[in-house]
Amino acid sequence: MADEALFLLLHNEMVAGLYRAAEQGEGENGRCTTKLESMGFRVGQGLIERFTKDTARFKDELDIMKFICKDFWTTVFKKQIDNLRTNHQGIYVLQDNKFRLLTQMSAGKQYLEHAPKYLAFTCGLIRGGLSNLGIKSIVTAEVSSMPACKYFSMYSIT
Amino acid sequence: VVVSIICSPPQNYPLYIRSVPTENELKFHYTVHTSLDVVDEKISAMGKALVDQRELYLGLLYPTEDYKVYGYVTNSKVKFVMVVDSSNTALRDNEIRSMFRKLHNSYTDIMCNPFYNPGDRIQSRAFDTMVNSMMMQVC
Repeated sequence: MADEALFLLLHNEMVAGLYRAAEQGEGENGRCTTKLESMGFRVGQGLIERFTKDTARFKDELDIMKFICKDFWTTVFKKQIDNLRTNHQGIYVLQDNKFRLLTQMSAGKQYLEHAPKYLAFTCGLIRGGLSNLGIKSIVTAEVSSMPACKYFSMYSIT
Repeated sequence: VVVSIICSPPQNYPLYIRSVPTENELKFHYTVHTSLDVVDEKISAMGKALVDQRELYLGLLYPTEDYKVYGYVTNSKVKFVMVVDSSNTALRDNEIRSMFRKLHNSYTDIMCNPFYNPGDRIQSRAFDTMVNSMMMQVC
């Protein structure tokens, strides 16, 4: 399907373009990652507004996380999150065993050190979506073996 | 006479407010502001009672002698409040619901506009046109 490839290519160019245009030392001190994450944040806010327009009201945070794992992920990446775990105290782990943005890169340990750049946008996407639904959180990601990756969402219950 | 206002949580300040006719506007602003409390009450009541009705439309908030107030809350906690003249009995529930749907759709379009910062006042011509046509329809 052509539309999947469009976003994949655009995303790759975004990462490459940002790092190319970065000033001295910006790549190392994480400014580029922050820029990518903020882009994802704003996009996530708009997307979640559109997706939750017709759904019923959410009961609690678990409901919201399930929505992100199923409907949101399916609409954006054409598949669901494979595994959702929580410690019921504000930490959620979303595991995707075949992350769409990483499948074209490698199928093991090759290019592992470059993977975090490509996860920053999606971290922002999740954070933006959650923030518009009323949950202030911090989202980080970790890759141990391509193309599987895990997203950690941490927020405080007040 | 219709006034619509959209407030953003948790600061509860208006993103957009418009009323027809324009005299006595302050009274409508005040009514809308006080009805925000009723909206909050309804949302928290819903959560505890485990009501089956998980709709976004809240219905008639409270009637006063001159006008009725309707509320609607989106999943992103943005509240829409509409004040309608009581003498306008031709307005049925379905019409109010469809008006709120239109407001919600236009608000979603504004959110997706990359030049709009969430939290700013709404200054979109498309939104103004939509609200105007809605109010003309009612009066």
